Amino acid sequence: MTNTLDQIFVLLKHWIMGLFPVGLQPIVGIVLSVVAILAVFPGLFAFSVLMERKGLGRMQNRIGPNRVGPFGILQPVADGIKALIKEDVVPYNADHIVHFFAPIVLVVVVFMGYAVLPMGRNMTFVPMDAGLLFYFAMGASAELSVFMAGWSSRNKYSLLGAMRAVAQMISYEIPLLMTSVIIVMMTGSLSLDKIVEAQNHYTWGLPHWYVFTPMGFAAFVMFAIAATAETNRSPFDLPEGESEIVAGYFTEYSGFKFAEFFLGEYVAMLSISGLGATLFLGGWSAPLEALNFIPSWIWFFAKIMLAICGFIWLRGTFPRLRQDQLMNFAWKFVLPMTLIDLVVTGLWRFLGEGWLRWAVCSAILLAAYLITARMGMRSKKLGPRSYRYAE
Amino acid sequence: MTPLAGYLLVAALVFAIGLAGALTRRNAILVLIGIELMLNAANLNFIAFWRYGPHPEALTGFLFAVFSIAIAAAEAAVGLGLVISIYRHLRTTDLDEINRMKG
Amino acid sequence: MIVFAILAALTVAGSLAAVLLRNTVHCALALTGAFIGLALLFLRLDAQFAGFAQILVYVGAVAILVVFAILLTRGSETPATGVFSRTWFAGLVVAAGVFAVLAWTVLHSAVALPHEFAAPQVSVAQIGNALMGRYVLPLEIVAVLLTAAMIGAVIVAMHEKPGKYEKKEAN
Repeated sequence: MTNTLDQIFVLLKHWIMGLFPVGLQPIVGIVLSVVAILAVFPGLFAFSVLMERKGLGRMQNRIGPNRVGPFGILQPVADGIKALIKEDVVPYNADHIVHFFAPIVLVVVVFMGYAVLPMGRNMTFVPMDAGLLFYFAMGASAELSVFMAGWSSRNKYSLLGAMRAVAQMISYEIPLLMTSVIIVMMTGSLSLDKIVEAQNHYTWGLPHWYVFTPMGFAAFVMFAIAATAETNRSPFDLPEGESEIVAGYFTEYSGFKFAEFFLGEYVAMLSISGLGATLFLGGWSAPLEALNFIPSWIWFFAKIMLAICGFIWLRGTFPRLRQDQLMNFAWKFVLPMTLIDLVVTGLWRFLGEGWLRWAVCSAILLAAYLITARMGMRSKKLGPRSYRYAE
Repeated sequence: MTPLAGYLLVAALVFAIGLAGALTRRNAILVLIGIELMLNAANLNFIAFWRYGPHPEALTGFLFAVFSIAIAAAEAAVGLGLVISIYRHLRTTDLDEINRMKG
Repeated sequence: MIVFAILAALTVAGSLAAVLLRNTVHCALALTGAFIGLALLFLRLDAQFAGFAQILVYVGAVAILVVFAILLTRGSETPATGVFSRTWFAGLVVAAGVFAVLAWTVLHSAVALPHEFAAPQVSVAQIGNALMGRYVLPLEIVAVLLTAAMIGAVIVAMHEKPGKYEKKEAN
């Protein structure tokens, strides 16, 4: 029974595929998976937008949306209808073709990333040998769509926002990749399925997730920072800092195209949460051995929604950074810490089993944190802002 | 025509287009774009020969292409840095105007 | 064969547009199209790793670098003097000549070229082993080269302020 419930979507897919002739079956399988992804994640997008508005409201002593439907739960539907029936305004001077394609490229690329995420036991759309590389290849392509949007609008604010976004995404993509390399070093595989499998063991009922090792924990913190910056979320939301540059790169977008950017942002957030859960939090594996009877896909989506709650909490708590602080943080704190973490991961391998490696690795990481974060940031050399590269 | 010949022809065409771009455009950045295209055409050749060659398990052509991708990234960074530096000195990236040895 | 034709057409069209368009930013975007076409051709050749690396490096980094350079040098404004060099005809002839020679060689040696082979089964683990074993020296050299290139690019593009040395000379 547990097993059937765990594999219910896989069985369902095979049952529907069985209704078609053999020749068509692979195509039907692909279509079914794509439809599932295209149905589930926009649904989650609507839910997380509602949750964000409600949650932020509570944090700011407001009630949040409460007019549409009971407790305002139909607010996303109203928003969707509003976006669809609004007039689509394109600036007269805009580069029409590029302006048109930018949101499409973003949405397509963001959805492609889901192809390799294992959403449950045997529930990976394309189990690829180089899955992680594919995911980052797609993530890197999103930057180009941001630039296309900002440049084609022929608006100073749009261009500024796009340049900020691209610079930020490139800077934080390096730590993002590096933290994943730590996990790859520990697993010995680029395949996300194998990474989850490697974490799906238990000692005394407790899981072997990578976040429960010294360098895994450090990597997880760095990954969370980099992922927040990569998705342009607060406190790293300078590209769309509304107090400075209106709405950044999508200032000149309206109606459905604006909704596409909005969708792209949240779906990217969900997707990077899924990647983080897969890499550090054991993907679809249960947090306690005793809880293994609950289907694997529930755990995966629970972890994603937990990460979304974290994003919302961060947004409600922190003020926005300044551009130079953002860059200094990336290059002078996150990147060095990640590199030290990478070396520690190698050390972990050669120290052998036992308590010694735990002590040594934790000590090195703690010392590195104290030196780079506490002392480095306090010294004058890293502190004051300079306009050396901005002209 | 064998599949390999098809890939080689595409690579030759891309190489020729890149060469034409590098030789005919005025803007220094577009010359760099042409050079990138030529490098990519060479990569396609390496991968194609690896795929249809007698010893694909040795991975020679494949890794040659991977290394070439890494080096092309370095080349692009340095090349574009040079273009920006020249622009700062001369306020132009037009190669027909950058014809003096004197900075 | 049809898939190959579509991908080849995408690649060639992208590279042609990258070379021919008047607006420099359009050229850079067309170049990205050509890179994606080439990456898909790599995937078609069963070189998964190289294809993804191509997208990651070229679309994610090189294209962005090119675009940044264009905007930093005001290259997005189309010059009034025309986009092609004065010696464009000679360049075109050279390129056409090179293509003619290459195509002639390929077509004439087509008989000797190997035919269909079984797709090589190469896992990422094998690539990793090869990089760490037989090709470890090139890997290290590439690492050094990339570091050197990074430092070099920063120094070359760094804006020269009247620094310590000029001030000392002035004194």
